[in-house]
Amino acid sequence: MARQPEGPPPPPTVQKLRIRYAKRGRLRFASHRDLARTLERALRRAQVPMAFSAGFSPHPKISYLGAAPTGAASEAEYVEIGVSVRCDPEALRLALDAALPVDVAVLECVEAGEGTGSLADRIDTSVWRVELPGVTLAELQPAVEKFLASDVVTVAKRTKNGLKDINARPAVAGASASEEAGCAILHVVVRQGTPAVRPDDVLAALTAVADLRPPLPPRAVREAQGRLDDNGTVADPLGPDRAVRARCQGEHAAV
Amino acid sequence: MTGESLYPRLEPLLAQIQKPIQYVGGELNSQVKPWEDAAVRWALMYPDAYEVGLPNQGLMILYEVLNERGDALAERTYAVWPDLAGLMRQNGVPQFTVDGHRAVRDFDVLGVSFATELGYTNLLEALDLAGIPLHAVDRDDTHPVVVAGGHAAFNPEPVSDFVDCAVLGDGEQAVGDITDVVAAWKSQGRPGGRTELLARLARVEGVYVPRFYAVSYGPDGAIAAVTRTRDDVPVKVGKRTVMDLDEWPYPKQPLVPLAESVHERMSVEIFRGCTRGCRFCQAGMITRPVRERTITGIGSMVDAGLKATGYEEVGLLSLSSADHSEIGQLAKELADRYEGTNTSLSLPSTRVDAFNVTLANELSRNGRRSGLTFAPEGGSERIRRVINKTVSKEDLVRTVTTAYANGWRQVKLYFMCGLPTETDEDVLEIAELAVEVIRAGREASGQKDVRCTVSIGGFVPKPHTPFQWAAQASAETIDHRLRILRQAINADRRIGKSIGLRYHDGKPGVIEGLLSRGDRRVGRVIERVWRDGGKFDGWSEHFSYDRWTTAAQEELAPFGVDLDWFTTRERTEHEVLPWDHLDSGLDKEWLWEDWQEAINEEEVADCRWTPCYDCGVCPTMGTEIQVGPTGRSLIPLTVV
Repeated sequence: MARQPEGPPPPPTVQKLRIRYAKRGRLRFASHRDLARTLERALRRAQVPMAFSAGFSPHPKISYLGAAPTGAASEAEYVEIGVSVRCDPEALRLALDAALPVDVAVLECVEAGEGTGSLADRIDTSVWRVELPGVTLAELQPAVEKFLASDVVTVAKRTKNGLKDINARPAVAGASASEEAGCAILHVVVRQGTPAVRPDDVLAALTAVADLRPPLPPRAVREAQGRLDDNGTVADPLGPDRAVRARCQGEHAAV
Repeated sequence: MTGESLYPRLEPLLAQIQKPIQYVGGELNSQVKPWEDAAVRWALMYPDAYEVGLPNQGLMILYEVLNERGDALAERTYAVWPDLAGLMRQNGVPQFTVDGHRAVRDFDVLGVSFATELGYTNLLEALDLAGIPLHAVDRDDTHPVVVAGGHAAFNPEPVSDFVDCAVLGDGEQAVGDITDVVAAWKSQGRPGGRTELLARLARVEGVYVPRFYAVSYGPDGAIAAVTRTRDDVPVKVGKRTVMDLDEWPYPKQPLVPLAESVHERMSVEIFRGCTRGCRFCQAGMITRPVRERTITGIGSMVDAGLKATGYEEVGLLSLSSADHSEIGQLAKELADRYEGTNTSLSLPSTRVDAFNVTLANELSRNGRRSGLTFAPEGGSERIRRVINKTVSKEDLVRTVTTAYANGWRQVKLYFMCGLPTETDEDVLEIAELAVEVIRAGREASGQKDVRCTVSIGGFVPKPHTPFQWAAQASAETIDHRLRILRQAINADRRIGKSIGLRYHDGKPGVIEGLLSRGDRRVGRVIERVWRDGGKFDGWSEHFSYDRWTTAAQEELAPFGVDLDWFTTRERTEHEVLPWDHLDSGLDKEWLWEDWQEAINEEEVADCRWTPCYDCGVCPTMGTEIQVGPTGRSLIPLTVV
């Protein structure tokens, strides 16, 4: 039998909280691991009563959902934590936000609604906004149209096993172009899956179909994540939790 | 002199490189002070990669001490990896600080902390990227004063062409004195230019300005004399010693990086200095006397630091932490305080002593029980007498067995090879020891899965130690002994599979030896290696032994000396050593006697528990040993 540490097991998880946070500014250069470390330390500084796993190496109960790549900013990163003492979600949000660097903002914190299923099941799509300094709308617009009109756009993707050709087109549920202050902006809705198609891959696809070559590094921001419905809109993944909470409060008020 | 941020020019480059997070700054507890408000601006550099440099305690302490002054600001800069360095050169972006992304060139002082000599080429790379002339003599009033610190600064001669001055000893008070001198000189309108500034700095205790000392050489290639060239600078430069560590509780707000670093924990220095007298240990020799922080001082630093950082592990640092006079009580009371908080406390490698297992058990009560590390350093009892780190084989096996019996599964043992008087047999005893440790450990724990890792590297003789006269073992000797050790460990696979062997080959050690005991002539070798593309010499993927040996051969030949002359040659008693005019407080005659005793395998006891052995430090430096116990204790923290 595996050895167990002496003493009582750690206190159980009594509440799960789902958090949406943003990474902005200089911290878009933080990797998933960098952010995970930073979040765990901030939870300790904020004195959040985390629940821990059992065993010789107890770990705080934190589940991360697919993280935006290093170099990309995001307004919609999600994480779920388990605590051993019930917490007020808004108080926790404020405390955690204060403990994190300014470029990481805790935007929402809701209690996981019972019976609403897992958070991961509510996220299958990302909405990206990619600023392309040095590119005009007149250059971007036709490239996007050409891309959307294609069925197969092959791009080379760097994977653990070297470069691999993938078709970037099927994952893209929608794409459009706009312009702000003379800078073209690509809006793209991408289904998450394997192989993962990221903003870089979409840009590589635009190079492939229309020879679009941004002169400066593009700046990507993930604006939202969620489940893509048949109308092409992305649903708020925390919606079901909020609905449960509203219902509870409604019942409470009725009594 | 604008102090404007280079970040907008840097940002596009960051999208094209590895681990960009290391260049963006914004670490927890970092700060950016207004440029105009500071009379004296310091750029503090650790000349290695960010992941190695950020956790460095020395730099963190000085950063905070300087930033607490109203008239000073300090920012940090680290060695830039070649991928970014290439882009910076292409795009005209100079060496910058990670805090304000200000050009290093714009600061008044560039302080560089040398924990190891292998960072020298990174200094040249940073100076070049910064647009600061490589040679100190080519700098003018507008260039930063380049100050070297850290343990390697006790022999800065190999980099004396490139630095303006070196600070010997503890930096906490020295940086304040330097700031005062620079502030006064600037406010007076820079009278006498850079030469006058350096002359004033040379009169600050602990500051050495190489340009005011001339070195002459004899026909045998050795130094004939080192003489000062101005009579207003000291004949011998003494080191700085901070006497009351409780008055300097830094870092109060330790920096917490977003990026991964080599130490994912907070550190609290529990004492400074060591009088155990291990003869190979430069740190133990140059940081005397022992000065303890009190148990209550340590308790409040741990408390404040954890609150400020959110770390889950605290390392209690010093050169031999189990020697703190209150360590038993400290371990127990800290473990009590943090019971149930998943906070773990750890000691760095310790001496081989059963008491240390008890300590480690206590410290790991609340958190993760990782491996235990002991440092016997020498393979045989004989060689351990030579290095003055005596422990019998029986005690060693018993201690490690106790650790296994207490539930530790992984024990790491640190050794050196190439020690003075060492033979193959001394090194082969390491294998016997490891085998016995595993046998006894399996028996004591009743488990097959106990593991022992032997970590071994080549010994490099260092200045200001009794081994400063010793012949360094050649790379071939080191590699031969490592090879036979590996064969001996693997001779019996049933045991050998439980023993891991980690080692570094002998070549980098030879170059470290050249740089450690080199004189001013070695500067040309460093410059040549850097010009040929050498940097990050502490990293095996960047280090090129051939580049160093070629440069050494060609640059040293005109002086009639070579690499061997600096490394594998034993020095005689009265040879003028390049660092003789730099005073660590140790009496050279005492060092020589201790060297002779080493050869005769005679031990010296620790002066904390036995009479003074006259190393010279306390009387020379006007200091004294400061140890407890204080009789105080840690009260439980109130729950918030």
